[in-house]
Amino acid sequence: MVNPLSIADIYIFILAGFLGFQLISRIPPLLHTPLMAATNAISGIALVGSIAVAGENYSLLTNILAFIAVTCSTINVVGGFLITDRILKMFKKEKPHSENKT
Amino acid sequence: MSIIQFCYVLSAILFILGIKSLSSPETARRGMNLASFGMLIAIIGTLFLPSIVTYHWIIAGLMLGTVLSIPISLWVPMTKIPQRIALSHAGGALAACLIGIAEYYQYNQAIDSVSTAVIGVEVMLGALTFTGSLMVAGKLHGTLPSRPITYKGQNLVNISLFIIMIALLIYLIFYPSQDALFYILLTLAFLFGVFLVTPIGAADMPVVIALFNSYGGLTGAVMGFMLGNRIQIITGALDGASGFILSVLMCRAMNRSITNVLFGAFGKIEATAEKKSARMGDHAVQSINIEEALQFFDQAKSVIIVPGYGMAASQAHHALREFANKLKAKGISVKYAIHPVAGRMPGHMNVLLAEADVPYTDLFDMDEINPEFPHTDIALIVGANDVTNPAARHVKSSPIYGMPILDVDKAKIVIVCKRSTSPGFSGVDNELYTKANTWLLFGDAKESLAKLAYGFKRNW
Repeated sequence: MVNPLSIADIYIFILAGFLGFQLISRIPPLLHTPLMAATNAISGIALVGSIAVAGENYSLLTNILAFIAVTCSTINVVGGFLITDRILKMFKKEKPHSENKT
Repeated sequence: MSIIQFCYVLSAILFILGIKSLSSPETARRGMNLASFGMLIAIIGTLFLPSIVTYHWIIAGLMLGTVLSIPISLWVPMTKIPQRIALSHAGGALAACLIGIAEYYQYNQAIDSVSTAVIGVEVMLGALTFTGSLMVAGKLHGTLPSRPITYKGQNLVNISLFIIMIALLIYLIFYPSQDALFYILLTLAFLFGVFLVTPIGAADMPVVIALFNSYGGLTGAVMGFMLGNRIQIITGALDGASGFILSVLMCRAMNRSITNVLFGAFGKIEATAEKKSARMGDHAVQSINIEEALQFFDQAKSVIIVPGYGMAASQAHHALREFANKLKAKGISVKYAIHPVAGRMPGHMNVLLAEADVPYTDLFDMDEINPEFPHTDIALIVGANDVTNPAARHVKSSPIYGMPILDVDKAKIVIVCKRSTSPGFSGVDNELYTKANTWLLFGDAKESLAKLAYGFKRNW
């Protein structure tokens, strides 16, 4: 499963990095916390790699390590998206004020 | 193109659209739904990998992870978001690190130098991000002392540790099957994460959290290189860029250089800075009580509220919003001025105020709001300190000299809700408190604001 480093991968990394710079510099400070939560959720994509290793069945040790990795990244994926949505749900525009809301 | 590759391409597109949507609160939720759909596609696609022969470890991990994610995402109060985010950085880094170890363990007799380099970098970054982020979470949560812990020669120890790690890594590249050295490298990396965060105080955490966000992203990208998984490379690069940009922004807001951050040698400034007993003695601070404060607010036409970490610490955001609503009902214009490093992570104050139902259209960044202070009747400061200290503009010897601040002192009246006159995180006395137009309202911010809200209603 260990992959020889290909030059195409490096190109992808560099281009994605530039794209990230462009995208993220446009995000207002207002949303920096949800941004961190969101990148956290998305970086849970490590789950994909963890699943691949967990399913290989090479030895008990690698299975256990990969099992922990699958658990951790699932927490990031599920928890990350849930909390991002929870935060974003709170951002509201001005609305007629209701005095009795506590 | 196999079906799996197709899934990955699709989810990469959805992730990018998701991050793009975060440029406005209007589109953000929909965009994140797209991104989570992209994640689902990627996961389902992966389950069909031909190399997967056994499913029970995968299913167990997926289920356990889902169950564990509920309490730390749905039940965590918003004031604890910074440590929650730090904790998930640790989790993500641990995952990448463990996969690196598993791959090395499995193939160490047969891998070439390039692969060893990739795995080595992955494991090193993953391990130090894991322990570093745990330290960050501990410091933010108060489990660990939040003050910087320093000792003589600390930088020397950290730098030599770092050099040893690099040397080990280079040696491993030439002799990939030396597995003892690999595990020593791993242990040192775990230690390094702890050492890196030890000298950093809780108030500097906005930079450190963003930095570990970036490291976590890079770890993911390197894991993608190792497994030849391009979706991981793309998301890792996006994540790394995001964390990097945020840490640069935070640095600028604290007037620290980025090299200072990259080498993790900050927090030193505070430690070595003498506690300048500024001119606190020359002028007495002027304190007021609730009634007097209410009289000020009765006269006011415009108020700018400056929240800081103190607001989060005393959970005063709901009381603050209630008071602001009363002011608004009387026709007073109310705006919130948010300093980039207010709170413990980027955007922390915005989230808390949003939680208290403050419309985001009332929240303003430092650059937007600073020109407005001179025409403002009252600047109400709730738990912010160093970000309002005028000494940053002209006292060259001050550790916070040059840090961009909110120009609250230019408002006609400044009212500061404060527990005591104790200095902020940088250990500098706030010159603002002794100004002629500044009034201190001592007491717990939450109680004071609740009393203000109550009193204001009666007067009106």
